[in-house]
Amino acid sequence: MSNSTYSLDERHRQLGLTDDEYARILDRLGRAPNDVELAMLSLMWSEHCGYKHSRRLLRRLPKEGRHVLMGPGENAGAVDVGGGIAVAFKVESHNHPSAVEPFQGAATGVGGILRDVFAVGARPVAVLDSLRFGEPSSSQRSRYLLDQAVAGIGHYGNSIGVPTVGGEIYFESSYEQNCLVNAMCLGLAPHARLIRSAAAGAGNVVVLLGALTGRDGIGGASVLASAELGEGDEAKRPSVQIGDPFTEKKLLECCLELLDRELLVSLQDLGAAGLTSAASEMASGGGVGLTIDLCQIPLREADMEPFEIMVSESQERMLCVARPECVGALLDVCERWEVLATTIGRVTDSGRLQVLHRGNVVADIPVSVLIDDCPLYDLQPVPPSSDLYGGPEAVLSGDESPADTLLALLGSANLASRRPVFEQYDPIVQSRTVRRPDEADAAVLTLPDGSAIAVSIDGNGRRVACDPRLGAAEAVYECSANLACVGAEPLGLTNCLNFGNPEKPHVAWQLTEAVEGLARACEAFGIPVVGGNVSLYNEAPTGPIFPTPVVGMVGKLPSAARAGQMGFAREGDTIALVGPFEPSLVGSELAKLRGQAPVGELPAADAAALRVVHEAIRARVRAGAFRSAHDIAEGGVAVALAECCVAGGLGASVRLPHGLDPFGEAPGRAFIVSGPAEGLTGFVVIGEVGGEVLRIEDLLELAVCDLREARDSGLAEWV
Amino acid sequence: MRARVLVRPKAGILDPQGQAVERALPALGFEGVRNVHVGRLIELDVEDPARLPEMCERLLTNPLIEDYEIEQ
Amino acid sequence: MKFGIVRFPGSCDDIDALQAASRVGDAVLLWHADHDLQGVDAVIVPGGFSYGDYLRAGAIARFAPVMVEVEEFARAGGLVLGICNGFQVLCEAHLLPGALLANVSLKFVFRQVELEVVRGAGPFTGACEAGERLSIPVKHTTGRFYAPDPELDRLEASGQVLLRYAPGQNPNGSLRDIAGVCNESRNVFGLMPHPEHAVDPLGGSVDGVKIFESMRAHVEQHVLA
Repeated sequence: MSNSTYSLDERHRQLGLTDDEYARILDRLGRAPNDVELAMLSLMWSEHCGYKHSRRLLRRLPKEGRHVLMGPGENAGAVDVGGGIAVAFKVESHNHPSAVEPFQGAATGVGGILRDVFAVGARPVAVLDSLRFGEPSSSQRSRYLLDQAVAGIGHYGNSIGVPTVGGEIYFESSYEQNCLVNAMCLGLAPHARLIRSAAAGAGNVVVLLGALTGRDGIGGASVLASAELGEGDEAKRPSVQIGDPFTEKKLLECCLELLDRELLVSLQDLGAAGLTSAASEMASGGGVGLTIDLCQIPLREADMEPFEIMVSESQERMLCVARPECVGALLDVCERWEVLATTIGRVTDSGRLQVLHRGNVVADIPVSVLIDDCPLYDLQPVPPSSDLYGGPEAVLSGDESPADTLLALLGSANLASRRPVFEQYDPIVQSRTVRRPDEADAAVLTLPDGSAIAVSIDGNGRRVACDPRLGAAEAVYECSANLACVGAEPLGLTNCLNFGNPEKPHVAWQLTEAVEGLARACEAFGIPVVGGNVSLYNEAPTGPIFPTPVVGMVGKLPSAARAGQMGFAREGDTIALVGPFEPSLVGSELAKLRGQAPVGELPAADAAALRVVHEAIRARVRAGAFRSAHDIAEGGVAVALAECCVAGGLGASVRLPHGLDPFGEAPGRAFIVSGPAEGLTGFVVIGEVGGEVLRIEDLLELAVCDLREARDSGLAEWV
Repeated sequence: MRARVLVRPKAGILDPQGQAVERALPALGFEGVRNVHVGRLIELDVEDPARLPEMCERLLTNPLIEDYEIEQ
Repeated sequence: MKFGIVRFPGSCDDIDALQAASRVGDAVLLWHADHDLQGVDAVIVPGGFSYGDYLRAGAIARFAPVMVEVEEFARAGGLVLGICNGFQVLCEAHLLPGALLANVSLKFVFRQVELEVVRGAGPFTGACEAGERLSIPVKHTTGRFYAPDPELDRLEASGQVLLRYAPGQNPNGSLRDIAGVCNESRNVFGLMPHPEHAVDPLGGSVDGVKIFESMRAHVEQHVLA
């Protein structure tokens, strides 16, 4: 191609398209795209919408399972939990917007994932969030991001009446320039109410529901999510969306009623790239076309241009398709819920997305060009030749006594009590929660028949940096372990892959290895991946973030009344250590406090053997054999024991197996359980619950109140 | 015509928002700031400005805890 | 015994209140736009964020159509319970004294707190003993109870303060640790804590049941008898 073809139209570069991608558009369209079309294509072909660098890789993840009702590709995945009920769930990132405006970025992240769940017909019943920031002790900016992101999540979730039941937060200087805000939602639906987004039926009506369309997030997807953050972020501020949970509450109730009354053919939420992506995906899913008249769309600002209307990311909007004879009843329902509903177009059999404005066709693109022709790239993975991250500043020298080491760990930002954070969230609205934050390793919510669902979200970027394949697998093991501690069997998994720039070979390697690790762990445990999200380009001039795959897992237990809990419960109970536990300090919290870089070999895992252990724990919890169960994660067995003591308000006296590093880690492999001796037969007994002191023989002795104080003070000064 | 209603927390009632702002300013290098109170601004086009006080008393403010000032 | 739970746009704990009341009697939802109390024996104005808490919490909800009937019902002596946002609505509607202000911390707070029953008599706390402790969760941003000092003196002297936060348990800076107050005629009661979230043994405390049972006992003795 001669230069003259590009010099006419270099706007494509400003919109984030490469020259090759633009050439591909010219080829597939058969002509140059106009402004509106170029804007639409630049968004649909952005990394955020098109998954160009990850789609091929994600095919590696197993998605079949006997409980699966909806797999990847829909607004949310769904699994059957019995009694005719489906649980829909998904996790999504909102990283770049949160770095620019953390309150609204986090709030709209929650708003967006809620919409994904009720878009498939499920009533959202729980939210969890997985957050990453820089070190609060040294970074005022990170303290600000933490404070505002937590406030934003609370604001949206509390106001809309969906409980925030769990989550995790890690602090690492690796995330200083690129915070992570991943929001997970799960919802319940009777099977019959589950709905897909595929539009169908030429002549059917397209209706836009919800908030007015304004200039929120214009260019958001391609400007923010497909490029690394650098200088001049102030100018990106207008691109951030503002959320309104009150409007979404009404929209949610309205949509569920529309579905209960069977008035809809399909439903889709408007997220990244707004109307463009919603319309494209609905049309593509159904193999049909759509015609949209922009003059019908209710606007917040009168002078919006066609491309602005098509790419606006104004929040709290949904798109639906209805048969013409249902539209009257549809509008009545919307009026009752005070939800704005406007007919904006029709389904056609043209296979094209046609956009009209003041009687003119302002865009006319085959749906296949928007969706199927988006280029997919193979990664070029190459293992890094040197340590990418370096070690943090040491806080401990290594000379500290075991007691002081334990107190330092409990008070460290990554292990300290998250109470100052979760007290800003409502965990109980909707009256389903039977395990609140800090009561057990997973959140537990009752179902109408007395059974329950459990959910956990986990991921440790530091350990994935040491070994992406095994570190990613550990996230799966840890989630499964958390579920086992409450007695839940895993049914499905969602994941968010937060990585740096995939065009750099070492990041491509991290991503490829992590997906392989996730896939193998899911295959070994028989857990299908029903959906997820990818956030790439989380990179600053200093380098990429720790590779951070975040896993959200949902499980089921037969009796809410028998859900497990974490704290030591009764004087005299026997304590056992269960699992093939061979921990090491590589990638551990203690190694971090000692200033070590995330380098080295993580402890090997026998996935098949682990699965058996998890099933054994689950069975005993269900049988009521334990009074407490807690998995050993960050900080190792010493921290796990301390956590059991603090949660239960009781001390313990234990002797660890010879040679076991009390602070060594191997997440997802081992458990501390307690109960009457007859419930622990076959397990390695290490001691007994009792008193007001945690005594680990030949190692340390600390009052439970001191353990609690160390743990309570860690985050309290920052939040 | 365009009217502005300034709503202030009543004197004597604890105003933690005002206090938070007052505490935050010195940290950013702004000294010599005292007596900060945070209120609300309501702007509206009205055909009959004579009804504004009644609007304030009935809806726009809570007279138990707020004072108001009308600007036209 | 039939409870009616008002549902505004933005109400969140309406179904929770419905489920809790259903443990003690029949319960129905009362739609905000309908001038119809459906013949209920007691009205519950539930928690949540009615109308997004816009302008002031409860400021817009108090003018909802159904509130005309609720106010009439209250003036005629009917029982009205306002929980959290409901308490805010009843204060804005002048069915209860005082006002709710932003928590001193300026943050939303969720916490299981201990309340002290100040007065163990009447339609809302009749099933409790004075001095009894109730474990009930709070979850709110705007829960600091305020009234001018002379008004507070009057409320305490006339026994209109029914619940206080136990020493050290005040989560929001409420003056005199007041958690719940009733009107002079004692038929309207508002509290920031959520008794409807303390009724299920699986969830921990069941102390909230006493409030609903007090209401049923009162209605059975004085209204249905």
